[in-house]
Amino acid sequence: MRRGIGFWTGLGFTLLISAFLILPVLASVIAGVTANQFVGLSSGLTTRWLVEVWANYGGTVLLSLRIALATLAVTLLIGIPAAYVLARHAGVTARLVEEALVMPVAVPGIATALGLILAYGAVGDLRASWLFILAGHVVFCLPFMLRSVLAVLLALDLKGLEEAARACGASWPQRFLGVVLPNVSGGVLAGSLMVVTLSLGEFNMTLLLHTPFTRTLPVGLADAYTALRTEMASAYTLIFFVLIVPLLSAMQWAASRAERLGR
Amino acid sequence: MPDRLRAALLIAPALAVFLAFFLVPLGQLAVAGGAGGYTTILTEPRYWRSLASTLLVAAGTTAITLAIATAVGLFLARTRFPGRGTLLALLTLPLAFPGVVVGYLVIMLAGRQGLVANISLALGGDRIVFAYSLSGLLLGYVYFSIPRTLLTVMAAAEKLDPRLEEAARSLGASSFGVLRDVLLPGLAPALTAAGAICFATATGAFGTAFALASRIDVLPMVIYTEFTLQANLAVAAALSFLLGLATWAVLALARGASGGAAA
Repeated sequence: MRRGIGFWTGLGFTLLISAFLILPVLASVIAGVTANQFVGLSSGLTTRWLVEVWANYGGTVLLSLRIALATLAVTLLIGIPAAYVLARHAGVTARLVEEALVMPVAVPGIATALGLILAYGAVGDLRASWLFILAGHVVFCLPFMLRSVLAVLLALDLKGLEEAARACGASWPQRFLGVVLPNVSGGVLAGSLMVVTLSLGEFNMTLLLHTPFTRTLPVGLADAYTALRTEMASAYTLIFFVLIVPLLSAMQWAASRAERLGR
Repeated sequence: MPDRLRAALLIAPALAVFLAFFLVPLGQLAVAGGAGGYTTILTEPRYWRSLASTLLVAAGTTAITLAIATAVGLFLARTRFPGRGTLLALLTLPLAFPGVVVGYLVIMLAGRQGLVANISLALGGDRIVFAYSLSGLLLGYVYFSIPRTLLTVMAAAEKLDPRLEEAARSLGASSFGVLRDVLLPGLAPALTAAGAICFATATGAFGTAFALASRIDVLPMVIYTEFTLQANLAVAAALSFLLGLATWAVLALARGASGGAAA
């Protein structure tokens, strides 16, 4: 097939934008394993910076993973039942509740965090606990789980499925666990990947919510960017990429899979 | 168990979390400003200046991102060529990179040791550095917004009816005419939705500005400074509450205008 000038212009522009997005990532990854960034790659490759970062900031990685998994557990437990109720009810009340539950996404994290500190900053030891950060992450991530599951539920003939199961004598727990849950697994998977990814990278809220004892990965990164040499900051970023890029790829895969199944 | 009672029990945990960790904190935020806080931000010119630069960056981000995403999105949605999938994967890789990491990537690109600086030096020019300014922040927000906007535009472009375009062409419309009269009106709801998300994100996020460690006084940075350095809680609370209200309103309006396509 012959390609016209329009094709080559379009391709050139698209390549330019891809370069804009990818080159800084590559530069950062390379700087993280370069012995001396000022000299360049000729100074040799090293894992020294990665080891040093892990020794100083390994704790932030583990804390972030713990918070992300806890956020996932809570959003699964409260998000799936909520999505189910919202899918079964068409009334105005249900739409208002849905509207309310997704509101935290629309409000900047720094505002929510400041509110959390005002409301609960003085309650017991909560301020110093990682549970304080968890509360913020749950509020912010819940809408993503809710929407993801709700989208799949609304594409199903939920009522018909449940009627059929009921006619066969299934009780409500049997219907929910045996019929509803298996049918929304795609939405649950997509929502889960989203929640873990967002929680691992959450900064807008966590910068205010954290204390010196509860420093998460992104907060540690911000600290490294201002305080450490480029090689260390890049090595730290590399550790973050190693965590987040597989999650992002899985997310794209889950989304395209859900789309294929939905058609 | 009656259906209504079961529904109430199933949605209660999600509502409880929303009330306790979002609505109550936001209420506290609204009153913590007090008459003093709101009067101060309305009467002091520097808060107005900061509002102006915030809106300027957000509007610039939205315009540039929409232009890039429309060009690339239309190209990728309407052409097939080897490597298209890879290109799309690269363009959407940064989908959920946190703002703070994006800030660092801007430094890798346009900072003192950045790619642009090194290339301009190698070409015999001056060292070009613009990461730590308003244009650096703009670059970061555009970087942050491209992947998501691109996905929205492509989804909408794939739903356009190709017959409309053929009809326009057979009636003698030029390529530009087709773009202006057929493609853009067809994409308008998606562009409104995506644009609102760009705008709201660029208004409320501060990870990028924080990582650039610049003296850019966009609103979220001002809130952070007032709260942590000046301990000026009333002003920080008043600013946060108004900022939250504004981003929420932008998203709600756009959702109304685009028929529910906006998040």
